[in-house]
Amino acid sequence: MEVFLDQFLNPAVLAKYTPLILKGAGVTVLLSVLIVLAGIALGTALACLRAYRIAALSLPIVIYADIFRALPPLVLILLAYFGLPNVGVLLSSFTVLFLILTLVLAAFAEEIVWAGITATPKGQWEAARSTGLTFTWTLGHVVLPQALRMVIPPLTNRAIAITKMTALGMVIGVPDILGQATTAQSFSANASPLTLAAVAYVILFLPFVIASRWLEARFAPPGA
Amino acid sequence: MEAILQQFFNLDIMAKALPLVLKGLGVTLLICAVVIPLGALGGLVFAIGSVAKNRAVRWVSIAFVDLFRATPPLVLLIFIYAGLPFAGLKISPFAAVTVGFFLNNSAYFAEIFRAGLLSVPKGQGEAARSTGLTGAQTLLWVTLPQAVRNVLPDLLSNVVEVVKLTSLASVVSLGEMLHAAGLVRSVTYNASPLVLAAGLYLLLLWPLVRVIARFERRIAS
Amino acid sequence: MASVAASGGAADAAALSVRALHKSFGADEVLKGIDLDVRRGEMVFVLGPSGSGKSTMLRCCNRLEEPDSGEVLVEGDRLTGPGVNLNRMRQRIGMVFQSFNLYPHLSALGNVTLALRRVQGMAKAEAEAAGIEALNRVGLSDRARHYPSQLSGGQQQRVAIARALALKPSVMLFDEPTSALDPELVGDVLDVMRDVAGQGMTMLVVSHEMKFARDAADRVIFMDGGVIVEQGPPEQVFGAPTEARTRAFLSRFHG
Repeated sequence: MEVFLDQFLNPAVLAKYTPLILKGAGVTVLLSVLIVLAGIALGTALACLRAYRIAALSLPIVIYADIFRALPPLVLILLAYFGLPNVGVLLSSFTVLFLILTLVLAAFAEEIVWAGITATPKGQWEAARSTGLTFTWTLGHVVLPQALRMVIPPLTNRAIAITKMTALGMVIGVPDILGQATTAQSFSANASPLTLAAVAYVILFLPFVIASRWLEARFAPPGA
Repeated sequence: MEAILQQFFNLDIMAKALPLVLKGLGVTLLICAVVIPLGALGGLVFAIGSVAKNRAVRWVSIAFVDLFRATPPLVLLIFIYAGLPFAGLKISPFAAVTVGFFLNNSAYFAEIFRAGLLSVPKGQGEAARSTGLTGAQTLLWVTLPQAVRNVLPDLLSNVVEVVKLTSLASVVSLGEMLHAAGLVRSVTYNASPLVLAAGLYLLLLWPLVRVIARFERRIAS
Repeated sequence: MASVAASGGAADAAALSVRALHKSFGADEVLKGIDLDVRRGEMVFVLGPSGSGKSTMLRCCNRLEEPDSGEVLVEGDRLTGPGVNLNRMRQRIGMVFQSFNLYPHLSALGNVTLALRRVQGMAKAEAEAAGIEALNRVGLSDRARHYPSQLSGGQQQRVAIARALALKPSVMLFDEPTSALDPELVGDVLDVMRDVAGQGMTMLVVSHEMKFARDAADRVIFMDGGVIVEQGPPEQVFGAPTEARTRAFLSRFHG
């Protein structure tokens, strides 16, 4: 027990590295917010484009969404981080992580929002179009609001899952929570910074996990 | 254009990387074969716990699920692999991956099975109990088959997530596919091995992604 | 009425006995002391307004609802109290539900044979023979391989009756068996119930099918507010009810 406390909850180490982990938490939060905003916006936009049912538009969207849903994000991150500089594109590790996770979230968001659009009853389209509204207006003001409401639970779950992946930034040296913690762990030769990191993630994400449980109970159609 | 081809689609380098990457693929599949059944089984146990009559069992199960859904799998993995040795527990990369993914996968599988169990109407259990089936028999023969059928697309898409997740094992130097590809990349300073690995992941997972999409459409209609 | 031996197991015991049954949901006392004996081969109809406790009483008879106090006996054997093998006892009490509750992932035959195989431990062939026989009794042996989604509501309910019959129960409970059916499908289910009764089955039926009750029941019970208000042969309860509450309830059905 003594050893365990000393190694995992060492007061001196905890005190020394808490500021660093907090700084890392700032990076994690900033990245998460940016990824969620950009990813859902892009995904929704792509789903709307698909609603026009123009093959030249839909096909590339579907292929993009499939690829980014099927590939492990870490593969994409390493590809971008190590591959792009050699063809003259120099991006910081922060930017690479933001771009890739945004594209991954957008791919999932596109599929989820698209499912919501197709699940909106045909009568809604017909009612709006019969009053002379344009396709675009109907999509934006009648169908999309209903579709988005329907997909709040899966979208929330996916957004949580992907913002948690910001921890992958540690592999390419992003100074997020995990990045700071692994550095601190090797400097201090003590596991306490890892404990701090785990606690920090739980504090950050647990409220969202619990909220998603609540959202699911509230928005999910019965039996689905 | 030439530079991009050279950097990402260099066939010579891919050919050299292929044997090692294929060996990595074998390890990836081996990890999957271990962690998917384990995670599904753990998930089932915690799902049953989360809908149990006993309040304490229910809360413990839900707390487990939420805790491990809130923890990034890489954090879990590094905590186990790099942290436990400080407590005098030497653990192999494979064992660390197995334990870490078991905790993570169980939480996700549990959430899916739980939704499935809750989707089965109460009358099903009542009908079964009224014919004298025990609680366990009712679960096994009546409730569970319906629950699984109702959430089959979610189960499949979680399998895809688990396969993707195995790439994290590269961080703890377990020689799966991404680790192998990364190794060749670091020697050749060329991203083509990573593209090769990406291609193999696609080959493995794209069919599944398509099957799931078909399932989801059929259930929606 | 048959006398009931409290010690149980006597040959002259009622098929189903309910003694001083009480049940509350929170502050709401739904059953305020029900006493009831159903003789072997008797078909007893339970009428009453919604909220009268009739469905709860029925569900207490196989402990899908746990009574707060009182006892239930099947052929003199206790269903309530410590040391009772509930699952064994339940095989002696068939139950038919308002919403059928057929297992959607099993065929009609699969529905009927599940308990035969898993509870009674019959071999597959033996269970299937018994299942076909039960389906035959409800006129659906030709639908054995159909799944519930391929059957009409009336057919589903008849399969549900076969599922209960197959266990050869001592008594069958029917919880509003025709309420979820389209009017034109009700007749088939009632015909099956009449056949089953004709073969000597003891039946306790909660239902609003007044005409059927008048024709087929041996006894009618009127419940209101968690107690049995009045009971007797159908011609008496329908023709000359003695209680004001019974008259008020029946007048609503006769317009």
